[in-house]
Amino acid sequence: MSNDKPYSQLTVWLLAVRDHRDRAAFGDMFDHLAPRLKGFVIRCGARPALAEEIVQDVMLTIWRKAALFDPHKAQASAWIYQIARNRHIDILRKENRPVPDELGEDPGTEPDATQILALEQETLHLKQAIAQLHPDQKEMIEKAYIGDLTHQEISAQTGLPLGTVKSRIRLGLGRLRKELKGLR
Amino acid sequence: MSAITHHIPDPMIAAYAAGSLPHAFSMVVASHLSLCRDCRAALGAHQAVGGALLEEATAVAMSQNAKSNLMARLDEPAAPEPVYDAKGIFPGPVMQSLKGRPPRWKTLGMGVKQNILFEDEMGSARLLYIPAGQAVPDHSHSGLELTLVLQGSFSDETGRFGVGDVEIGDETLEHTPVADAGDPCICLAATDAPLRFKAFMPRLLQPFFRI
Repeated sequence: MSNDKPYSQLTVWLLAVRDHRDRAAFGDMFDHLAPRLKGFVIRCGARPALAEEIVQDVMLTIWRKAALFDPHKAQASAWIYQIARNRHIDILRKENRPVPDELGEDPGTEPDATQILALEQETLHLKQAIAQLHPDQKEMIEKAYIGDLTHQEISAQTGLPLGTVKSRIRLGLGRLRKELKGLR
Repeated sequence: MSAITHHIPDPMIAAYAAGSLPHAFSMVVASHLSLCRDCRAALGAHQAVGGALLEEATAVAMSQNAKSNLMARLDEPAAPEPVYDAKGIFPGPVMQSLKGRPPRWKTLGMGVKQNILFEDEMGSARLLYIPAGQAVPDHSHSGLELTLVLQGSFSDETGRFGVGDVEIGDETLEHTPVADAGDPCICLAATDAPLRFKAFMPRLLQPFFRI
């Protein structure tokens, strides 16, 4: 994968789709993203046939809503994560999830490219921090972010008492934050 | 916006991002996120964690025609989706629930009014209208309840709640919220349990006094 810009490849593809309706970029993004999305949606509890349907729906939503992608506000994979969760739930529940209103820029800040880079840098650190987590902490974090799991359900699945699960998620997040601080 | 002092707890924002919250709670969280930059930033952080996990997910091959099928659909016209923007004191998620119409208040007595927005087996959400100086009806909590102020303010033993503030109550919270002087207090309240009061009402009357 060539990457001549400092932005992540996903961001480059998304911007090409957003600004130029670039089908070739979208096709490349599909090749990279769709199999990962499918694996992710299956981890979220969908059966393979439904997972494929959800992935197609998510990819189409990315194509149609690309105009809303703003790399100053959200890192590409974060934006796609939220679309994937929203579409998955909308398809299961057959009703639209409530989504917050768009907020304008913070007063006194001008959007510029350094914000995008800072966000991408931070996400890179986040990934490194996740990779360094203890396996059972990582599993808890994953469950909290990929499943339709309540704390109660997480507790039932792992056989851990509720308090332990909650504190482990907190511990994991706390450790993440510390790692992030250390890297900054 | 800076005046908001009572926020959504962090784990609940993560659960909202992951889609684990009941619909009624999602309405309150999405409404608060429409008003609060701090919690919006927290949402961004949780989405980033989700995105990092997504990028790390084990790839599972798509079926052979998936890509060509999708590429062929790119020019399909998208079914128009109604977009509900914030209107007046009501954030977009509330307007979505009201389908863009103004609330239809039902009187509960003593000037207190409500409009039930949503109800299913996982919980319910309603708008409450409480005149200044009036007590918020005692919707005794048998589960978790989130109350977001949209206009005016109320106070109880735990503090004062103004526009954008969220009070989180459960069985352990014994309180008597009273609307402060000034504009009538309008709140969005959601609960994940049938409200206890219901049990004491004759069945026939329940549809009229659901609180």
